[in-house]
Amino acid sequence: MSVDPKLKARLGVVLIGVALAVLPFVVGASFGNSWVRIIDFALLYIMLALGLNIVVGFAGLLDLGYIAFYAVGAYLYALLSSPHLAIAFPQVFAAAPGWPVWAVLPLGALVAGLFGVLLGAPTLKLRGDYLAIVTLGFGEIIRIFLNNLNAPANITNGPQGINNIAAAQIGGHALNRPLELFGVMVPGVHLQYYFFLALTLLVIFVCLRLQDSRLGRAWVAIREDEVAARACGINTRNVKLLAFGLGATFGGVAGGLFAGFQGFVSPESFGLLESIMVLCMVVLGGMGNIAGVILGAVLLALLPEALRWGAVPLQQTLFGKVLIDPESLRLLLFGIALVVVMRWRPAGLWPSALRKRELAAHGEAA
Amino acid sequence: MSTPLLEASGISKRFGGVQALRDVSLAIRAGEVYGLIGPNGAGKTSFFNVLTGLYSADQGEVRFNGQPLPLGVPHRIAGVGIARTFQNIRLFGAMSALENVMVGRHIRLRTGVLGAILRTPAARREEADTEARAHALLRYVGIDRLANQQATHLSYGDQRRLEIARALATEPKLLALDEPAAGMNATETAGLRALIEKLRGDGLTVLLIEHDVKLVMGLCDRVAVLDYGEKIAEDVPDVVRRDPRVIAAYLGTEAVDA
Ligand SMILES: Nc1ncnc2c1ncn2[C@@H]1O[C@H](COP(=O)(O)OP(=O)(O)OP(=O)(O)O)[C@@H](O)[C@H]1O
Ligand SMILES: [Mg+2]
Repeated sequence: MSVDPKLKARLGVVLIGVALAVLPFVVGASFGNSWVRIIDFALLYIMLALGLNIVVGFAGLLDLGYIAFYAVGAYLYALLSSPHLAIAFPQVFAAAPGWPVWAVLPLGALVAGLFGVLLGAPTLKLRGDYLAIVTLGFGEIIRIFLNNLNAPANITNGPQGINNIAAAQIGGHALNRPLELFGVMVPGVHLQYYFFLALTLLVIFVCLRLQDSRLGRAWVAIREDEVAARACGINTRNVKLLAFGLGATFGGVAGGLFAGFQGFVSPESFGLLESIMVLCMVVLGGMGNIAGVILGAVLLALLPEALRWGAVPLQQTLFGKVLIDPESLRLLLFGIALVVVMRWRPAGLWPSALRKRELAAHGEAA
Repeated sequence: MSTPLLEASGISKRFGGVQALRDVSLAIRAGEVYGLIGPNGAGKTSFFNVLTGLYSADQGEVRFNGQPLPLGVPHRIAGVGIARTFQNIRLFGAMSALENVMVGRHIRLRTGVLGAILRTPAARREEADTEARAHALLRYVGIDRLANQQATHLSYGDQRRLEIARALATEPKLLALDEPAAGMNATETAGLRALIEKLRGDGLTVLLIEHDVKLVMGLCDRVAVLDYGEKIAEDVPDVVRRDPRVIAAYLGTEAVDA
């Protein structure tokens, strides 16, 4: 009578796959393409949150400067895919660099990873609050550098930021242009969606594999008890640096995607509030649990947009005027959500699997 | 006589005004159960911490298997074959019992980032082998039925057993146990004693800190006594038990002098 669980799992995967494939068309048709754009951003946030989850969720190292790696990836992409360098240094660059996306993204990942190790190295002995303060400082330093590196040599174009960044090109087609496929016009935001989705799935895959490995266990061991981890033979220095480096790598990829998507980057996208936002996605969803972190990222990425969309008309019908503007309402709800989760679900909305396994073991015994 | 498995010479360690260890030398032979006893604050745990690299010594050196031990580098010390448990249990609380033991295998495994992500045949084999060995070790210490329980939810005695299993997972030549019977009831202590006998029977060398005098005297081949950071005696249990300095240390020197 009962369905084979393997078959059920496979059916689930197929259903999710179909849902993800048609999502932009359904959303675009029902709510407009600006909502597809919002979903694209949600995918970027998932990548960011999963990257930070390696550092904070797995290894237990509180990092408040994570957005710096996003910035590194974004600026690298911007410099290599816009005319900025050619304009600023005509003697050096005869033409805009125009690197292909398959070269820029891995390079961004690598450079961001190096920055991650660079940040990790001096903070190895720090924990908790002290680590949080140093990483916070690091994040700000990167942002301030980006803000001021327009003189004496104009590398980042300062607060104005860099624009005219070329969108990612795949198979000779720029992803910000619509594409006709089998007689159907697929808008650019949809193409970006599929591109981001593919990379997000790759990031999720990598996270799942790492979690269930010798390295994933070592990270959690350090989080749980660093002294015991060392006594068990874990080289905590290397394993922590690896967490910083890999986490930063994901941030670098997401940053590159962001730059190509927006066509424009400026330092103000990479402030402390963004770091805190990504951290909240990790904490709210369920630190250390990949599914929970994805849930947290989706919720927090969609919440402000949902408010912008729904709060104003709702208040107008209820009170006849707008009492709280959507931006304040967003921060208010955000604060309330954090307090509620910390009070009643300290392990997050969707905590890690161990608990479930434990309950299952209890069930068998009973 | 063969060279000892472990030979500590002239170990000193100071914390501010406290001389936790003063010129401590001792030698542990392969295959024996060696007891380390002494009053509270005598420096027993400090000696363990130096031995396993968590503290660096101010002076002195340790030779293990004839080679100098890389003091101050815990993971390398674990690598050459010294594993320990902690006086105040230190498990990885959020992990299952099985995962705790699997972490203990870390240093014997090779899988790196790429191997883990691609799940190469070698990585897969290693992972399966790790899990099988972890189960075997849990069976060995008698708690395999609790493999999937969260470590913090185990009873006190089982947590101590789990710590031993995790230490054994590193494939040690010397197992150092810091007060493994602390907080155990009589039945649990008897079980622990049987477990240590089994370890000895399987050829492992054991260094045991213990306050339970009956357990130490009944189990150990030789015993060293620390008092205020100094080694004041080292011999077979029967001799140590009668040593006037040991008796004075336990009863208080003032009482004897008076
Ligand atoms: N990290 C440390 N910092 C400062 N003092 C320390 C530290 N570790 C140990 N000590 C001191 O060193 C002395 C020896 O302590 P140790 O823990 O080695 O004793 P012990 O023999 O294990 O005692 P017990 O039987 O109570 O476990 C004590 O006076 C203790 O306060
Ligand atoms: Mg002690």
